[in-house]
Amino acid sequence: MCAKQVQTKPGEVPTTGHEWDGIQEYDNPMPRWWLWTFYLTIFWAAAYMVFYPAWPLVSSATQGLWGNQAAGDPRLAVAEEIQRFDAANQGKKDALVAADLTAIATNPELEAYAKSSGAAVFKTFCAQCHGAGAAGVQNLGYPNLLDDDWLWGGDMESIHTTITHGIRNTTDPDARYSEMPKFGADGLLDATQIGQVVEHVLSLSGQDHDATLAAAGATIFADNCSSCHGAAGEGDRAQGAPKLSDAVWLYGGTRETITESVTYARFGVMPNWNGRLSEDEIRAVSVYVHGLGGGE
Amino acid sequence: MWDYVKLVVLGAIAVFAAIAAQYAHDLAYMVNAIVVMLAAAITFVVVLRHMYEPVAVDPNTYNDDVVRAGVIATAFWGVVGFLVGVVIAFQLAFPALNIPGVEGILNFGRLRPLHTSAVIFAFGGNALIMSAFHIVQRTCATRLWGGNLGWFVFWGWQLMIVLAATSYVLGGTQSKEYAETVWYIDLWIVVVWLSFLAVFLGTLINRKEPHIYVANWFLLSMIITVAMLHVVNNLAVPVSIFSSKSVSAFGGVQDAMTQWWYGHNAVGFFLTAGFLGMMYYFVPKQAERPVYSYKLSIIHFWALIFLYIWAGPHHLHYTALPEWAATLGMVFSIMLWMPSWGGMINGLMTLSGAWDKLRTDPIIRMMVVSIGFYGMSTFEGPMMSIKAVNSLSHYTDWTIGHVHSGALGWNGMITFGALYFLTPRLWNRDGLYSLRLVSWHFWLATIGIVLYAASMWVSGIMEGLMWREVDQNGFLVNAFADTVAAKTPMNIVRGVGGLMFLSGAIIMCYNLWMTVRAQPAKAVSPAAVPAE
Repeated sequence: MCAKQVQTKPGEVPTTGHEWDGIQEYDNPMPRWWLWTFYLTIFWAAAYMVFYPAWPLVSSATQGLWGNQAAGDPRLAVAEEIQRFDAANQGKKDALVAADLTAIATNPELEAYAKSSGAAVFKTFCAQCHGAGAAGVQNLGYPNLLDDDWLWGGDMESIHTTITHGIRNTTDPDARYSEMPKFGADGLLDATQIGQVVEHVLSLSGQDHDATLAAAGATIFADNCSSCHGAAGEGDRAQGAPKLSDAVWLYGGTRETITESVTYARFGVMPNWNGRLSEDEIRAVSVYVHGLGGGE
Repeated sequence: MWDYVKLVVLGAIAVFAAIAAQYAHDLAYMVNAIVVMLAAAITFVVVLRHMYEPVAVDPNTYNDDVVRAGVIATAFWGVVGFLVGVVIAFQLAFPALNIPGVEGILNFGRLRPLHTSAVIFAFGGNALIMSAFHIVQRTCATRLWGGNLGWFVFWGWQLMIVLAATSYVLGGTQSKEYAETVWYIDLWIVVVWLSFLAVFLGTLINRKEPHIYVANWFLLSMIITVAMLHVVNNLAVPVSIFSSKSVSAFGGVQDAMTQWWYGHNAVGFFLTAGFLGMMYYFVPKQAERPVYSYKLSIIHFWALIFLYIWAGPHHLHYTALPEWAATLGMVFSIMLWMPSWGGMINGLMTLSGAWDKLRTDPIIRMMVVSIGFYGMSTFEGPMMSIKAVNSLSHYTDWTIGHVHSGALGWNGMITFGALYFLTPRLWNRDGLYSLRLVSWHFWLATIGIVLYAASMWVSGIMEGLMWREVDQNGFLVNAFADTVAAKTPMNIVRGVGGLMFLSGAIIMCYNLWMTVRAQPAKAVSPAAVPAE
């Protein structure tokens, strides 16, 4: 390897005789364990290429001895596993679709399956808005699904309809639909009237309010709001009109946020899932949501 | 005459940059054009002021000025890069730190490429250029070739850094990892990098030593390969000469493969071969011992250079990439294990016979830890390239931990060692200001890296297991958000580790500053004395 070995000190390994800026090099051999491990990895690499896809040919590649088997390709292994579960679950899927919605809860085995399938669907498709824990996002218009306050109904049938067709979307003609007028923006009420009706709404849920303004607002409420929200603000699930007399607020219950809601209105949208999920998945996620605590 | 040419060119660049800023299609381009205009104008004035000064350079001295500038730039960009890293680490732990008012400038997505480029190309790049200039002069016993070309490389590189940083935060990016710089910055990098190659080669050719020292093999292989990688991966057609946007020459999986051929060898040549070059000089110098084995250095050099270039496909396991290409990347990664470890063996064994210095010399300690992390991450890398391991580790924090045990441990620590070695020598000072502070730096950095790597192992493996967890009916159990929530404690530990690493670097800057300011001068002056 090196031109001339130089024995620096008696009994020491010789150096190569070169020196750069005071740096010399010993002429030690390569460590044997290093060399043999290197050979071993080369041998292993060669052997691997016998068993797995390795050499590119003109329009394909060598597949190796295990290349087309689940043992050699985890993707095939996963596909096989999915197939196995699909086959095992087929009976339950059929049963779920065939069952009467309200009767699912009476079959513990079917209900358990629906909840496990529904949880996976929820965490993939619903969690983005309603949260992984289904608590929604308070005051930003993403409803909490854990409580018993439902806009469009909390029984199995209602939940199933909501998930199937969605709310106020343009992709399903059967979507749930209602629209609150923009009382301020469209000039239906002036600023004074809005101020008064907001005080009245605050009084409905027992919050601090100006009693004089609220009294004036009561008439405005009766004329403009009660047809949907009810005379005492009890709401109406048939048209998704929120209850105004409790402490649960979809877009906030402060004076400012209520004023904003009255002035500009809100138009919360949910997609219809009938185009993207199968009926058994929709039913499963309905059972899951129904079982979160607020189901009726 | 030559100065007039320079003035004309600089003037033309300044005028064109001003016009370009006027017609810019996007903000990143406009700000970059203004930066170029200012840089050209300042250089114009500097050239003008020094026009008729006689040039008196003693060819028998080393060009240490440019190395000194490199030392300062390395330390400065290091702190900047680590600071941005700490910020984004805490942004991951506490998303509220993505402050709404500066959304689109200082949020995670914009700062992340700023951090990676700052540490790899600003800190690492300056460390490599600075060390290459120092090492090639000393081991060839000759002055840096090319006159002021070395200075052009230095300032050109700093300009590149400023252009890249300002364009990233304003949204100028090619969306290629570690190659985010937009097309005109890429062209500038080619100019600067080829000048770097010219300076390095010119000095090698002028050498007064009969043989080329091993450190220079590694540095030269780094410069040549990075030039090739950079040019091919950044082949693109600009949308307009006044826009930062461009369209890649490759599409689909070919583009992905080209990107990871580049990306992996940016690690392989920039962060491994180049830094091995540093290791082969600074470790024997600091230990005052001969390199352990010349044979090992030859074999592991050629094996490393030959094998590394094929390993890129392991970044694309289980994607649209054909399976045979994934196999290629994987088996070459496995074979790469021992060639990588050759550098570790040569580094560590060089210290045999000088182990007692570990007790007294914190710089040696830093170098040993650096080589240790190098060995650890070059074992971890081949392991993670195995398809079965990769199916768990890919896309998780484990990858982040792996990268950082290499970057903080190996690249960071060897660079700190080099800075501590060089500063007293370049400024002619009688030793460092405080070895105690070096010890503080050593322990802060080491514990910081351990916290970082350990938290990311836990976090990454947990993440991988949570993603694949299914219940008895075969349904996935966890939402993506569940894994994000579960990672919070590890993200905080990681941030604390990064903060410790940053604190150590700040202590180093203070120590280096005080070395230059407060240490007494040493009598001997450095001169190029060729060894026989």
